[in-house]
Amino acid sequence: MSGGGTWRWLREHAVQIVAVLVVLYMLIPIAVIFGFSFNDPAGRYNFTWVGFTLEHWSNAFGIPELNEALVTSLKLAVLATLISTVIGTLMALALVRYDFFGRRAANFLIVIPMATPEVVMGSALLSFFLLIGSFSLGFQTLLIAHVMFCISFVVVVVRSRLIGFDRNLEEAAKDLGANSFETFRLVTLPLIMPGIFGAAMLAFALSIDDFVISNFNSGTTVTFPLYIFGAAQRGIPVEVNVIAMILFFFTCATMGFATWQQRRAEKLTSVRPEQEGGVGAGVPAGAPAAT
Amino acid sequence: MRRRVAPYFLLGPGAAWLLLFFVIPLYYLAKLSLNAGVFGSYEFSWHWENYSDALQLYDTQFVRSFVYAGLATLFALLLAYPLAYTIAFKAGRWRNVFLFAVVAPFFTTYLIRTLAWETILSDQSPVVSVLDFLGLAPEGHVLATGGAVVAGLTYNFLPFMVLPIYASLERIDARLIEAGKDLYASATQTFLRVTLPLSAPGVVAGTLLTFIPASGDYVNAQFLGSASNQMIGNVIQSLYLKQSDYPAAAALSFVLMAAILVLVLIYIRFAGSEALMGEEAV
Repeated sequence: MSGGGTWRWLREHAVQIVAVLVVLYMLIPIAVIFGFSFNDPAGRYNFTWVGFTLEHWSNAFGIPELNEALVTSLKLAVLATLISTVIGTLMALALVRYDFFGRRAANFLIVIPMATPEVVMGSALLSFFLLIGSFSLGFQTLLIAHVMFCISFVVVVVRSRLIGFDRNLEEAAKDLGANSFETFRLVTLPLIMPGIFGAAMLAFALSIDDFVISNFNSGTTVTFPLYIFGAAQRGIPVEVNVIAMILFFFTCATMGFATWQQRRAEKLTSVRPEQEGGVGAGVPAGAPAAT
Repeated sequence: MRRRVAPYFLLGPGAAWLLLFFVIPLYYLAKLSLNAGVFGSYEFSWHWENYSDALQLYDTQFVRSFVYAGLATLFALLLAYPLAYTIAFKAGRWRNVFLFAVVAPFFTTYLIRTLAWETILSDQSPVVSVLDFLGLAPEGHVLATGGAVVAGLTYNFLPFMVLPIYASLERIDARLIEAGKDLYASATQTFLRVTLPLSAPGVVAGTLLTFIPASGDYVNAQFLGSASNQMIGNVIQSLYLKQSDYPAAAALSFVLMAAILVLVLIYIRFAGSEALMGEEAV
C-alpha cells in the first residue's frame, strides 16, 4: 500500500525530480572545482584526490605569472565593460525611443554577432589585424575584440528594460518644469539603472571568461583563461581553482546586490498616487534633511 | 529636425564599432581565404583552391562538428525543458534558487569548468565506474571519446537552452492553461496543445544559442577528446595559431560561418523568426 503511494508520488513529481537532477548536474563541476582547491596533489596534475590542505588558499596569490594574468583580465574586463555599456546603452535608447530609417539594419547588425561562432569572430578579427598591419597584437586588440562582442549583449539587456518603461513618468517630469537633460538624468537614468547594471555585469562576465576570441588576438599578452589554457599542458596549479572560487563568490555577492537593487527600483516604479505612504518611503533618507 | 538626427548620434559609436571590428573583419577573412603562397609571402590571387583543398582535407572534422553540436543540442533540450518547466510553474519560493543554479556555472571560468569534467570523467572517478557498471563506458573509459566531448558541450551550453525556454514559459498567460483544463483536456493534452506550442519561440532561441557556439567550439574537444575527436574549431585554431597557414584557416572559418548561416536560415523558415530577432525587434 505504502509502496504504491511512493510510486504515485514519484510519477506525479517526475518533472520536478528530473529538474533537481539537472540542477545537481549543473552544480557538480563547481563542487569539484571547490573540492579540488583543497587538494594536495602529489605531482603537477590536480586530477586525483590526494589529501586535504589549506596551503593553496593561504597562498592564493603566490604565483606571479598567474597574478599578472589575473590583473590583465580584470583591467581588460573593467575597460571593456565601461566602453560597451556606455555605447550599448546609447544604441538601445536609439532603437527603443526612435523610429528611423535603417532601424532594421541596426537590429540585424546587433543580432548577427550573437549568432556567429566565436572561432569565426576571432579568426576574422585576426585576419583583419594581420592584413591591416597597423595594430600590434596585445592588450589593445584584446580590448577592441572584447568591446565588440559585449555590445550586442548590452543592447539586448538594456532594450528589454526600456521596453517596460512607463513614459508617463518622463511626461510628469517635463510638466514639472524639467528640461530634456534633467528628465533623462533624474528620471530615465535612475529607472533604467538596474538594466544598465545588469548589462554591465553580463559584459564583465563575458569579458573575464572569454577564451576563444582572446586566444586569436592576444599576441603575447596573457589573460586568466589564456594562462589556464597554457598551463593545462604542463599541469594546472591548485591556485587556479582557488582564484576561480574567489571569482565565483565575488560574482555571487555582486549578483545578490544587483537583485536587491532591482527589487528596490521596482518598488520605486510601482509607486502610484493612491499609495501616498509609498512616495515618502521612496525618497532617499538624506533628502529631507538637506532641504 | 533634432529628433531626426538624434537616433543616429546615439547609434553612431556602437554601430561604428560593430562595422569596423565585426563586419569589415569578415571581408578581410574572405580576402585572406583567397590568398596564395607560403608563410611570409601570402598574396591575394582569387585562389579558390584553398576552399576545395581545405574541404577535402577536413570534411570529417566538419561533419563531426555538426554531429556533436546536434547531439549536444538535443541532449540539452531534453534536460533543459523539464528544468525550465519546473522553474516556471512548480518551483514556488524555490524559483530563485533554481535560477541561481542555472547561471552559477557562468560564474566559474569556462576552461576550469571543462577541466573539472576532465576530473569527473577520468578513469579513476566513481562516475566512470557507475557508467561502466551500466554498460555505458566501454573498457572503463569515458575521457578521450566522442561521448565525453558531447557531454562537455551539453554541459557548457545548457544554460543557453534553459534561460530562453524559461522566459517563454514564464510569459504564458496562466488563464490559457486553465481554459484548457476547463474544456476537459487532460494534463498531457493541455501540455501538448497549449503549453508546448506557446513555448516554441523559447525552444527555437535555445536550440540556436546552443547549436551555434557548440559547432564552433574547440575547448571541449581539446580537453575531453582525443586526436580522433577533433572538431573544425580545433583545425581552424591550429592552422591559424600553430601552423600559420592563414589562407586555409580563413577558408575553413568562412565555410563554417556560411554553413551555420544556411542551417539557421533553413531552421528559421520552419520555426519562425521572432525567436531570433525578438518580437520587439521587428
